[in-house]
Amino acid sequence: MKKLRKAYIALIMAFLYAPIVLLILYSFNDSKSRANWGGFTLRWYKELFSDAAIMSALGTTLSIGVLAAVISTILGTVGAIALYQMKRAPRKVLLSVVNLPMLNSEVVTGVSLMLLYAMANIQLGYLTLLLSHVAFCVPYVVLSVMPKLRQLDPNLAEAAQDLGATPMQGFFKVILPDLMPGVFSGFIMALTMSIDDFVVSFFTTGSGVSNLSITIYTMAKRGISPKINALSTLIFACVFVLLVGLNLRDFRKDGRSQNKLNEVKIPY
Amino acid sequence: MKKTAMLLLSLALVLCPLFALAQETISVYNWGDYIEPEVLTLFEQETGIKVIYETFETNEDMYAKIAMGGSSYDVIIPSDYMIQRMIQENLLQKINWENIPNVANIDPRFMNESYDPNSEYSVPYTWGTMGILYNTEMVDEAPTSWNTLMDPTYTMDMLMLNSPRDTLAIALVMTGHDLNSTDPADLEDAKNLLIEQKPMVLAYVVDEVKDKMIAGEAAVALVWSGDATFCMSESDELDYVIPEEGSNIFFDSICIPANARNVSGAEKFIDFLCRGDIAAMNYEYVGYAIPNTAAIDIIGADEYNASPVNNPPQEVLDKCQVFNYLGDETKLYDQIWTEIISEF
Repeated sequence: MKKLRKAYIALIMAFLYAPIVLLILYSFNDSKSRANWGGFTLRWYKELFSDAAIMSALGTTLSIGVLAAVISTILGTVGAIALYQMKRAPRKVLLSVVNLPMLNSEVVTGVSLMLLYAMANIQLGYLTLLLSHVAFCVPYVVLSVMPKLRQLDPNLAEAAQDLGATPMQGFFKVILPDLMPGVFSGFIMALTMSIDDFVVSFFTTGSGVSNLSITIYTMAKRGISPKINALSTLIFACVFVLLVGLNLRDFRKDGRSQNKLNEVKIPY
Repeated sequence: MKKTAMLLLSLALVLCPLFALAQETISVYNWGDYIEPEVLTLFEQETGIKVIYETFETNEDMYAKIAMGGSSYDVIIPSDYMIQRMIQENLLQKINWENIPNVANIDPRFMNESYDPNSEYSVPYTWGTMGILYNTEMVDEAPTSWNTLMDPTYTMDMLMLNSPRDTLAIALVMTGHDLNSTDPADLEDAKNLLIEQKPMVLAYVVDEVKDKMIAGEAAVALVWSGDATFCMSESDELDYVIPEEGSNIFFDSICIPANARNVSGAEKFIDFLCRGDIAAMNYEYVGYAIPNTAAIDIIGADEYNASPVNNPPQEVLDKCQVFNYLGDETKLYDQIWTEIISEF
């Protein structure tokens, strides 16, 4: 039974990671086509760094990602706390409104935002791109923080004030640390959604500002150059190192004995 | 306090004219990876006009952004049927050819096409055709007719395009109809032909056709000429032909939208793109067939015409038609395509 379990996990892992492994492999292929193996080469990496359009798109993606994630995390957290304090009926209504960008088709969100900016006479560019990203990232943050709010001890805020903290001190030193896991996962979600986005970005950007998704998608007619494989390999390597680093840190922090205590034994 | 305010105000008034010195710019909207980046740098150096360059993936995306007034562009490069649509909807402006002397470099065979009858709104940038890409090692004899795609010897050895408009157009040609036909009877014939062909088709693909043909997975494939050029550069076994019955010819042409802000800058850019040496530079990068005779002279007529993609016989080219904008009739094509694809 244990062998079957291991085999099953191996299969799932292969299914998930085989495309990525192939992607990385072909970034070293000295041929533009995936059908030929032309030999090992680093030329796509060299070409990638000298391609101004892709590099500027990468810069835009990262800067918009971080900025949108930070702004939407702040807005989302504050919003979630406000929503939590509301009465049942208005809270349900507002939660549905907040969830709209998630439920809507991305094309609908993108085109309607574009029309909004056109009506308000705002020139499409970096600012509109940032605003649009914040708009669709906030729901993810709210959704991440709300469960943490529900888990809060309702007396904490009052207890803090009882012990002499001002409301601000109470929030930052007592409530926020408890919410941190939710806030952090909301931040990561917002960052991911922003970096990944194509449709909304396409319709709300202008003035030559382009992010990585747009640059790559618009190459579709001509075929995706292996430069993109090189870029994806580098991004994958960065994320991988980051994840391994974070997990190692958690491992060391908890200590092995505590892990054993939380482990649930499934008897097969 | 009052003195400081006056000082600041006068400073602001003095600095205002500096905004006018801000660099002149033009906004260009093109397909992705469809221009040699050096061309933009050279243009900026020669004219001092900064190019703000954006890309789109499909004509429909570009149309959505322009029609809804989201952005204003000075130069756009859509495809033929989209230009026809935009002319009908007054989204393009007529080009003043006097400001674009290099238009004389464009081959007159490719001007005044059906989508822009008097070449008032556009000048062609690249062109291409649909045809059969075949593996010389895997076919008995070089195909010359569309009937090769119905030949049982190539059962499970042929690839078709997973695109309603393109594949149905070829089926219409094969059944002797006009490839822009919206007559349900004609489309019924086309549909029956494709359903008859279906058991012989290895796969309906779009981008994957390139890798599959280079790897030798199929003997014949219905392809666009741009993909054919790429495949032939990666594999010596492949060759391309436009069947004698005629085919579709497409153009990506340069236009100026009606709401362009910098028309003179746009005209300078179009004139620049039509220059022989610039068009030749672009050809080296993009690889699609170009309509610029001066550029072909620079590249070398022999080298350019060596590719079957660039130099089809004139009789065949005469039988090639440009797609019309179908408007609401597109639904008819989609419906028929769904019936074909879901057939078992």
